[in-house]
Amino acid sequence: MSQTFYSRDHEWVRIEDDIATVGITAHAAEALGDLVFVELPEVGRDVVAGETVAVVESVKAASDVFAPVPGIVMQTNVALADDPSLGNSEPEAGGWLFKLRMDGEADFSELMDAAGYQAFLGETA
Amino acid sequence: MEPPPKPDALKLTRLDALHRACGGRMVPFAGWSMPVQYTGGIIAEHLHCRAKAGLFDVSHMGQLSLAGENAGQALEALVPADIIGLPIGRQRYSQFLNAEGGIIDDLMISRLPGRLFLVVNAANAAADLAHLRQHLPADVEIVPHPERVLLALQGPLAGEVLARLVPETAAMKFMDVIEAQISGQQVVISRSGYTGEDGFEISLPGEIAEQFAEDLLKDPAVELIGLGARDTLRLEGGLCLHGQDIGPAHNPIEAGLAWSIQKRRRLAGDFLGAEKVRSELLAGVSRRRVGIKPEGRAPARAHTPIVNEHGENLGEISSGGFSPTLNAPIAMGYVQAGFAAPGTKVFLQVRGQNLPAQVVPLPFVPHQYRISDPNGAQP
Repeated sequence: MSQTFYSRDHEWVRIEDDIATVGITAHAAEALGDLVFVELPEVGRDVVAGETVAVVESVKAASDVFAPVPGIVMQTNVALADDPSLGNSEPEAGGWLFKLRMDGEADFSELMDAAGYQAFLGETA
Repeated sequence: MEPPPKPDALKLTRLDALHRACGGRMVPFAGWSMPVQYTGGIIAEHLHCRAKAGLFDVSHMGQLSLAGENAGQALEALVPADIIGLPIGRQRYSQFLNAEGGIIDDLMISRLPGRLFLVVNAANAAADLAHLRQHLPADVEIVPHPERVLLALQGPLAGEVLARLVPETAAMKFMDVIEAQISGQQVVISRSGYTGEDGFEISLPGEIAEQFAEDLLKDPAVELIGLGARDTLRLEGGLCLHGQDIGPAHNPIEAGLAWSIQKRRRLAGDFLGAEKVRSELLAGVSRRRVGIKPEGRAPARAHTPIVNEHGENLGEISSGGFSPTLNAPIAMGYVQAGFAAPGTKVFLQVRGQNLPAQVVPLPFVPHQYRISDPNGAQP
């Protein structure tokens, strides 16, 4: 049983038990354009919510990726680092960035569900 | 900081509807609404231009003519290039310099029968016009051409594509410029551009521009290319972008543009900024524009500090990004003169890390200009 949330910074986070998988949304990938470089965090790093954890760079610009929930980095997407275009072709699947192990009860109140995120995109468009 | 102009205040080119119909992602650029990319994306557009032919709308660039017997001589007071010696049908690259030798703008100057035809940067067009009006004598007539469209057709197939529509372009070589007729209207065509490829820039009246662009796009070799790929193409070509690689804080010698200052002008020193240009040529520069190749995958953007192995500052990146041709990051920047030799190891400070990089020769991708007369002997 998994649940997916979205942040105002255009990240998605899929929660399965105590593991949070994080990526950028299809909207973010489309807006950034062709991705050419991804900087991923060290495994084992302890991060707080809102902290800059990764960087995705398109041809045009670099964009920070924030931790949507606190936790310890368990795994990073080596395939994405090798081929950043995965972030464009399947941003919300194979283009995931990193997995966090959450400690205790995470607070999702700042995050949106899919319908909420679509509404948010509509407001900011 | 001035607030960015409201979208509805942006100027639209005559091809605005075509851009939108072709999926152009329109962004504000120097007061214009311009396509940064189309549906293919920057990398695909870039590679298409290097492989076939790319069509760019660069109508945001400023176009103007200087008429009058005295125009060439008068313009020489403001640019360091030899304009008096520029024959009819030829084009030259030059810069407007300020009194301190700083680069106010860079521009292309063509000599046509009875006039000089200038193309300047969009962001500087108004200032350039004011500069010309301030300094040129009354007998030189300054005629801006805001109604004209400027198209660039660039790439290895540009020559054969354009020759099908305008046959007289087939005989042109690099930096030739002609007046021709398209749909009964006068156009100006130069064999030059901003990609490092063979290609043309075509100045034409607004009312025939969309039809001509559509005629070019009917050729299967031709695709529209946005400003995003224009930037990556020119960076691979080692070509300067005013406002980044050159500006009022740079002189043409440290920018590596001494080749654009002909000998007569160096000797005479009779142009605005000549004192600085001559002293830089004589005494040597303290810093120099170079190519920078990061060793890893991380791009280094403009203003990234360049340091030596002890972390001491050597300069900064002026343009940096990703090369689709090399599938690797590339950059240009200024370093202290002692660190400008190709092969010099430097470090780029990106997000708190010192990333290894090397000074390399420019361009990153060899120019493909049609230097020889296509109908004549090979050089």
